[in-house]
Amino acid sequence: MSNKVIQAMYNDDDILMDAVKEVRAANYHIEEVYTPFPVHGLDKAMGLKGTRIAITAFMYGCVGLVFSVWMMNYMMIEQWPQDIGGKPSFAFIQNMPAFVPIMFEMTVFFAAHLMVITFYMRSRLWPFKEAENPDPRTTDDMFVMEVIVEGNEEELIAFLEKTGTVEIKVTEKH
Amino acid sequence: MSSHYEAPIRRPLIDGDKSYHDISVDVAAPVEGKANKLWWIAFSIALTAFLWGIGCIVYTIGTGIGVWGLNKTVGWAWDITNFVWWVGIGHAGTLISAVLLLFRQKWRMGINRSAEAMTIFSVIQAGLFPVIHMGRVWNAHFVLPLPNQFGTLWTNFNSPLLWDVFAISTYLSVSLVFWWTGLLPDFAMLRDRAIRPFQKKIYGLLSFGWTGRAKDWQRFEEVSLVLAGLATPLVLSVHTIVSFDFATSVIPGWHTTIFPPYFVAGAVFSGFAMVNTLLIIMRKVSNLEAYITKQHIELMNIVIMITGSIVGCAYITELFIAWYSGVEYEQYAFLNRATGPYWWAYLFMMSCNVFSPQFMWFKRLRTSITFSFIISIVVNIGMWFERFVIIVTSLHRDYLPSSWTMFSPTFVDIGIFIGTIGFFFVLFLLYARTFPVIAQAEVKSILKASGEKYKKLRDGNHE
Repeated sequence: MSNKVIQAMYNDDDILMDAVKEVRAANYHIEEVYTPFPVHGLDKAMGLKGTRIAITAFMYGCVGLVFSVWMMNYMMIEQWPQDIGGKPSFAFIQNMPAFVPIMFEMTVFFAAHLMVITFYMRSRLWPFKEAENPDPRTTDDMFVMEVIVEGNEEELIAFLEKTGTVEIKVTEKH
Repeated sequence: MSSHYEAPIRRPLIDGDKSYHDISVDVAAPVEGKANKLWWIAFSIALTAFLWGIGCIVYTIGTGIGVWGLNKTVGWAWDITNFVWWVGIGHAGTLISAVLLLFRQKWRMGINRSAEAMTIFSVIQAGLFPVIHMGRVWNAHFVLPLPNQFGTLWTNFNSPLLWDVFAISTYLSVSLVFWWTGLLPDFAMLRDRAIRPFQKKIYGLLSFGWTGRAKDWQRFEEVSLVLAGLATPLVLSVHTIVSFDFATSVIPGWHTTIFPPYFVAGAVFSGFAMVNTLLIIMRKVSNLEAYITKQHIELMNIVIMITGSIVGCAYITELFIAWYSGVEYEQYAFLNRATGPYWWAYLFMMSCNVFSPQFMWFKRLRTSITFSFIISIVVNIGMWFERFVIIVTSLHRDYLPSSWTMFSPTFVDIGIFIGTIGFFFVLFLLYARTFPVIAQAEVKSILKASGEKYKKLRDGNHE
């Protein structure tokens, strides 16, 4: 199978959006789109599925809540119950109101950090990771659409040229 | 262009004839250029203050906190005043980036990066004070519930001071990842523009290899939204819990139920004032007046005016409730606050925090850059005095008149405070020269909706 891709560059987000719709309508396969800023509606136009990262955040938050309840119950109620200021720690339910602030903080702590770590892992972002954008201008003002070459290459190039692209490159993708 | 529609009544958020590339150039300019003389002068002063502060901290740790002005009646004074002051300042950043994101306020995009940087730097200053106030700093890790050689020795989860440890550390770390996630695309922009290999390497490292794929942007936006949703209650909880340090005690003047909302409003008030102080200078020095416009400053002034009025309301309510409660101790605490030996501090607090923001009702004043700058400094001073008044006037005349005393700071108290101001400015000045100080990716995404050029183009078409 050929790994040939065509990189069509655009200098405007509206032209890119129209191009994405045209390319999809013509049944070509868009491999990737690189943009310098979030273009609203691009994911839908490309046919990307919605992200489920918010659901993971909710689950991480639940883990944080459960962990904080377990931790405070173990430390304050089970292992070494003390009588602090005439308020003995004999039952979790009676001490619970004092635990609410930390239950909240731990929920937020777990949800926020684990979600961000998940995002970094899924999007392959970490220190010393090499950037993979095809052109340095894609973080400035260029929008690049990568289309996989299937069948007639010239025909595809001719088609893409009509979508308002300013530059076309044919490369191998690994 | 129809997808970028914005009501014509909205004023542009990006002035001038800017293109996407212009934004990159303008944001990268302070990083790629050389520092001017003024920067070096400011940096030297800040660094000197910071080093002086380190000296005072070393002296404190080496000798003990007896070198401070504290006495057996006034056990909390400048240290906790400074702590609450810095935490309060640290509230504006997350408020701007999180709460304003949830409310879809586009004007946050010009200022959120610097406001978040300010948040992180000021929370670092805040965190120093409780730690050095412990005296034996080498035992500071005992505030965390760590397994230890004593087996069953844990922290006391009923204590508001411990809640504070959790609140502040959660706040600092969550603000940091929120800030950094937003920075990735902007670091990537600097990386791809960099010519010198060293810069390219550093920004490559900092940008975590950000490439800007459509899927990454989709996740990026979702993560930003969820983080904003998490950070909004978090930012409110942090100053609520700081106020619990006082409100759960039995000291007249401290144990009032109004404290949480009153402290949160005060924190937003002082935080926005500090954002104004910093950004009014930065927009000028770094040539960012097209992105941090007069409108941004005006909107922040309105927030200052509203939160200042809430704080004023809280002051009056406190006085009323003290009288209405019929509790002699409570009544005396407030009478002493306003008319006792610290009347001048109370007057400072009242005039700086309640009176001065009222000028912002006038459009001419709130759109004046010079006036906004002066008021922002006045508010910062006033909010420091608020914490001083709450802490010291409530303590210095306690239940036993033979213990009544006054507090006066030593040079060490003053030195540490000045040192944290120096440290804060050292961090901020370094940030201003090495970081993308405007969230350029986000600003680019609103350029067509809120840029002056595009707005004119669109409004022209309707005629």
